[in-house]
Amino acid sequence: MSNAVAHADQQHVHAHHPALQHHFDTMAQQKEAAVIGMWVFLLTEILFFGGLFAAYMIYRVWYFDAFAEASRSLSLFWGGLNTAVLIGSSLTMAMAVRAAQTNKRSATVNWLILTMILGSVFLGVKVIEYADKFEHNHVPGPSFVWAHQEAPGAEGAAAEHEAAPTSAGATAGGEHRQLSLTPDQLQRTTQIYFSLYFTMTGLHALHMIIGIGIMCVITWMAWKGKFDEQYYTPVEMAGLYWHFVDIVWIFLFPLLYLVERHT
Amino acid sequence: MLDTLKIPEHHYLNNGHGLKSWLLTKDHKRIAVMYLISISVMFLLGGLFAMGIRLELATPQGDFVQADTYNKFFTMHGVIMVFFFLIPSIPAVLGNFLIPPMIGAKDLAFPRINLISLYIYWIGGIFTLSAMVSGGVDTGWTFYTPYSSTASSTHIIPTALGIFIAGFSSILTGLNFIVTIHRMRAPGMTWFRLPLFVWAHYATSLVQVLGTPVIAITIVMLFVERAFGFGIFDPQRGGDPVLFQHLFWFYSHPAVYIMILPALGVMSELISTFSKKTIFGYSFVAFSSLAIAVFGFIVWAHHMFVAGISTYAAMVFSFLSFSVAIPSAVKVFNWTATLYKGAISFETPMLYAYGFMGLFLIGGLTGLFLATLGMDIHLHDTYFVVAHFHYIMVGGAIMGYMGGLHFWWPKITGRMYSEFFSRIAAILVFVGFNLTFFPQFVVGYLGMPRRYHTYPDEMQVLNVLSSAGASVLGLGYLLPVIYLLYSLKKGAVAGPNPFGASGLEWHTQSPPLTENFVEVPENIGEPYEYEHVVAKEKHLV
Repeated sequence: MSNAVAHADQQHVHAHHPALQHHFDTMAQQKEAAVIGMWVFLLTEILFFGGLFAAYMIYRVWYFDAFAEASRSLSLFWGGLNTAVLIGSSLTMAMAVRAAQTNKRSATVNWLILTMILGSVFLGVKVIEYADKFEHNHVPGPSFVWAHQEAPGAEGAAAEHEAAPTSAGATAGGEHRQLSLTPDQLQRTTQIYFSLYFTMTGLHALHMIIGIGIMCVITWMAWKGKFDEQYYTPVEMAGLYWHFVDIVWIFLFPLLYLVERHT
Repeated sequence: MLDTLKIPEHHYLNNGHGLKSWLLTKDHKRIAVMYLISISVMFLLGGLFAMGIRLELATPQGDFVQADTYNKFFTMHGVIMVFFFLIPSIPAVLGNFLIPPMIGAKDLAFPRINLISLYIYWIGGIFTLSAMVSGGVDTGWTFYTPYSSTASSTHIIPTALGIFIAGFSSILTGLNFIVTIHRMRAPGMTWFRLPLFVWAHYATSLVQVLGTPVIAITIVMLFVERAFGFGIFDPQRGGDPVLFQHLFWFYSHPAVYIMILPALGVMSELISTFSKKTIFGYSFVAFSSLAIAVFGFIVWAHHMFVAGISTYAAMVFSFLSFSVAIPSAVKVFNWTATLYKGAISFETPMLYAYGFMGLFLIGGLTGLFLATLGMDIHLHDTYFVVAHFHYIMVGGAIMGYMGGLHFWWPKITGRMYSEFFSRIAAILVFVGFNLTFFPQFVVGYLGMPRRYHTYPDEMQVLNVLSSAGASVLGLGYLLPVIYLLYSLKKGAVAGPNPFGASGLEWHTQSPPLTENFVEVPENIGEPYEYEHVVAKEKHLV
């Protein structure tokens, strides 16, 4: 068996890179394999989130008014801030990959740490937003209460009118929107919106947590000097993953926060 | 000739000893062997539940188990067989073992991920089995909402999580195969020189990679609904239970192709080898695998013709379902043409191949009955459906798996099994299978619904036939366990190419080296050329 290894090795003209695994012939082959593998993995991720997007699409068409109402209860400030933070983290991640490619060890480590900090800021903001939802009973389930802003329609006004101190301010002028849904319907169908909201943003946040975990390992590897111009695949793969998680948010933000926000 | 053969001194099985050398191995062949053991245990478990079902149905009254227990029996039978046996069966065992040597590679592209996929499979299995031990599930393997999300009080969450986890094992296997086939082929191994087994696995991997994430997210949605009281499928809050069915079948219909496509790949190898003829219409057979994979994704709603979907959608899905028959028929006709004027022999793997062709034909054609909108209203949820998909899954996928296992067993272990007993087993499986499931077509057409533990007295004859057949079938599956295990110690030494096959995997010793080949294979010719194989054998004699 050692014979087989020896023979295969004779085919390589130049010395082995320490990161070259035994079953690959060249570093280029190894890197190509990793890149294809990562893209296939991201494809599975698209399908994974795709199920939720499909559900979202159907219910948004069915219960558009409820989605628009519920969407207004989200904070544009926090959502917008998080979008900016996440796009910024994509930039720092790209810088980290570039630094690894050009064999700048400390720059790689620093950019990675900055990316992790931005990722953590995003998660921190998400905690604030979630806490707000718990406070206002906007978590779907038995304790869910949809009493938000001016109760529309005549019959609803008397029943469960409640001041809405958290309203994002879009309707501060007190204008009335004409809704086709009764408060009872809103109470039921806004739960679908929030079920999707929590599942989608929750899974997204889980992906971010995993991403930060991966980055911890990559940072440690970079610190140890494992990467050079020939071998920086792990940094690049972590980058691809991180950009993917970003792009998911780029879709989530308008779909969840910006449903008919202009009225 | 056999007397002169010896088991080679060095091979993957004796390269390292002890439990640790197995549990931490990155060798695709050892991982395949561990998968083989794992899925065999699962097959046995799933089979025990099937035995319970057939015992109960031997009499019209509910006398062996109560209705609730019966519900759990067929659910656990389905869950274990589908997610823990059939889906990993051929890809994770035979594909894992054979794809690298078939394309002239030392290993899969990601050996570590390959090992991780096995561990993920085990963890998923532990979740689902723990649910089984603590009381089981009664929803059926389909987990339809709202029963599964709100009504049933059985252990749905751990079972579903087990399936969720095992799904990642399937995704990683598929991912590994795709990258391996793209980037690990030996010089000269072009796409159209790949064995059809590899083409079939490529198509399978696409389905695994694109379909499995959807069942994963569906399980997540079911999970949040059941665990946290979210309302995505809850009709009381405006949710749509039929949406669950759409998402579920978007994976679970293609999942059928995850089971059958690798078996079709095995068939192409067997039929060419045992008729010593180049496969007829290579590129048609190769592309029909891809076509089946693509069609597989756009027919899912034929499971829901009576679930209240739009008539127009139903018509489209009915038409598309019919079109799956085209690539399937392309394969069967090409195999038949391959057999024509071939030097056909009747070794055990080939017996399974013959069985497969007949059963796949019946299973496929009865699928057309069910794709017909009017017929489906009569046949939906009857034993006709049960018989149909068992013809595909058991008659097709498991026959293919058994045929492949017998074909490559000498390669995996280096030893031959008893030809006599293995032929008996193959015949028992064929006879037992037909006796079990053919009466179910009839009893289903007569109106017996699936998933009930009682039935009218006049249907007893057919059900007793079915139960009797199941015992024969069980015997046919148990027999190989005995003679295959026996062959490990006492079997005749097989030599590198006992069946005179042409694939690259036969050009190395049996069992292969850890690195598969002594030298990187060169001068790879066209696939399924038997002249040089025959010449080599003459030379040996």
